[in-house]
Amino acid sequence: MARIESEIGTPKGGFMKWIDDRFPFTETLKAHATEYYASKNFNIWYIFGVLATVVLVIQLLTGIFLTMNYKPSAAEAFASVEYIMRDVEWGWLIRYMHSTGASFFFIVVYLHMFRAMLYGSYKKPRELIWIIGMLIFFVLMAEAFAGYLLPWGQMSYWGAQVIISLFGAIPFVGETLVEYIRGDYSISDITLNRFFALHVIALPLALVALVFVHIVALHHVGSNNPDGIEIKNHKGPDGIPLDGVAFHPYHTSKDLVYIIAFLMIFSFVMFFAPEMGGYFLEHANFEPANTMATPEHIAPVWYFTPFYAILRAVPNKLWGAILMAAAVLLPLFLPWLDRSRVKSIRYRGWIYKTALAVFAVSFLVLGWLGVQPAEGVYVMMARIFSVLYFGFFLLMPYYTAIDKTKPVPDRVVYHA
Amino acid sequence: MTDDVDRNRRHFLTVATAVTGGAGIALAAIPFLSSLKPSARAQALGAPVEVPIGSLEPGEMIRVEWRGRLVFVLRRSKEMLERLDQTKEMDLLRDPDSAVVEQQPQFAVNGYRSIKPEFLVLEGSCTHLGCAPLPQFQVGPSDDWFGGFFCPCHGSKFDLAGRVYKGVPAPTNLRVPPYRFIRDDVIMIGAETGAA
Repeated sequence: MARIESEIGTPKGGFMKWIDDRFPFTETLKAHATEYYASKNFNIWYIFGVLATVVLVIQLLTGIFLTMNYKPSAAEAFASVEYIMRDVEWGWLIRYMHSTGASFFFIVVYLHMFRAMLYGSYKKPRELIWIIGMLIFFVLMAEAFAGYLLPWGQMSYWGAQVIISLFGAIPFVGETLVEYIRGDYSISDITLNRFFALHVIALPLALVALVFVHIVALHHVGSNNPDGIEIKNHKGPDGIPLDGVAFHPYHTSKDLVYIIAFLMIFSFVMFFAPEMGGYFLEHANFEPANTMATPEHIAPVWYFTPFYAILRAVPNKLWGAILMAAAVLLPLFLPWLDRSRVKSIRYRGWIYKTALAVFAVSFLVLGWLGVQPAEGVYVMMARIFSVLYFGFFLLMPYYTAIDKTKPVPDRVVYHA
Repeated sequence: MTDDVDRNRRHFLTVATAVTGGAGIALAAIPFLSSLKPSARAQALGAPVEVPIGSLEPGEMIRVEWRGRLVFVLRRSKEMLERLDQTKEMDLLRDPDSAVVEQQPQFAVNGYRSIKPEFLVLEGSCTHLGCAPLPQFQVGPSDDWFGGFFCPCHGSKFDLAGRVYKGVPAPTNLRVPPYRFIRDDVIMIGAETGAA
């Protein structure tokens, strides 16, 4: 931390001094904003962390207001959502903000994670930031899953049925575990009630706590940059990294422009396509849950479909579940799978560039396959792209070690 | 005074405190974990249900609810029962003799997976991921389909005794719930013994 000691110690008067004597307000502000130096060559990929925080705030705020009118019981849940949509003033807007926010959360987080893969942000010394980030991703998945049950529509019910049944594939303890999750012999009012508790209290608390820790770790190590070099290695006589500019006001004012652009796109979707053709809000969910009949075509919301496609690619229940879990967990190990000496894609060789492209395409194609029926050519494609997905991670120690890298500059550079 | 510190004693006390505290936390976790199990009311609602079957025509199926789960009661015709041999003879099934014990009570370990051959009682929950299979009792169009249950979610197939086909994601036969005949025309689902 390039804090200038003399400034902190300078005698101040008045209200701020009274506060600072009792709480490190000015000191914290400096350490995390006005004197937190991040690289001056950030590109658009570096906006998604800020945007994820914006969406988190949107979700927390709209969530609180939805809770005021929602009823977490099997008898009333579906009707209470309709009530919010029709009778509560501006209720439809608040709900669409929340449902659109859920999908945008994943868009932003997936891009944020891809940024880390582009520029090697998970590599030493940022391994823990990456791991905490993955934990945030896991909690986010649980949060989205729990939230999806709450409207108590057909897809809520049967989607939960399928996902909870996955835990039943675990040998020996599976069936007992499923009973503990549901709290009943089938998904019922009891399950809905406890998913509500998880969705509005337990998981958001964990999420906010993890985001806090994520940022503390980031500010301790310092942000990466598109060149993947440590700006702390070149400091001026004032102790400030030569390639760094203060987060506030320089990065914040630039971020504000992006945030406005993001909110414009967000608003467009929210007002004109909140269902997104059945991908953000699935059509089957406009029918109340019916325990006696599964919808003809069952698919999870789009952000889970890549993993769902992997599950369906395997004609065996246990192995399908294991491979799906592995697909979600594997990125955790990226800091150690990647043996390259350079961080950024700019200085990597063609092998990694190709591998990353193949990975990105596989993820997108698997996501598309997850909403197609599991038959014929789709199953074969899902198998091929699952192999490519796993290949990217499992072969990484080999191909990153032999990949030819370019020399990394000392100071950051500007590329188009 | 540091010389007077008895390090062994201090170590012992630290460990003893940690272990006692840990045991306390473990014990305190019990009520919270137990509260996640099906409550007394959920168990009571899971009580057996009586189902009148006297009006079922051969080939007709009804859906009933037990423990919030879907249960199929199918009265199989003579001709349907004969088709059971075909799926077994053509070696289409993964577990033709109901060898997996958890999937049915002992009384249903037979060629029909039922007490009386014509009445089939099955849980309507696919053993893959819990979707409700659809009844498709007609033969064909493919030459390995002799009628049975088809799961729309992931394409698992079961014959007219709920026995799972080979090469589908469902690992086991559809589950037969415990049930018994109270009278010739009434069954009780959920209990093999006991009064109505």
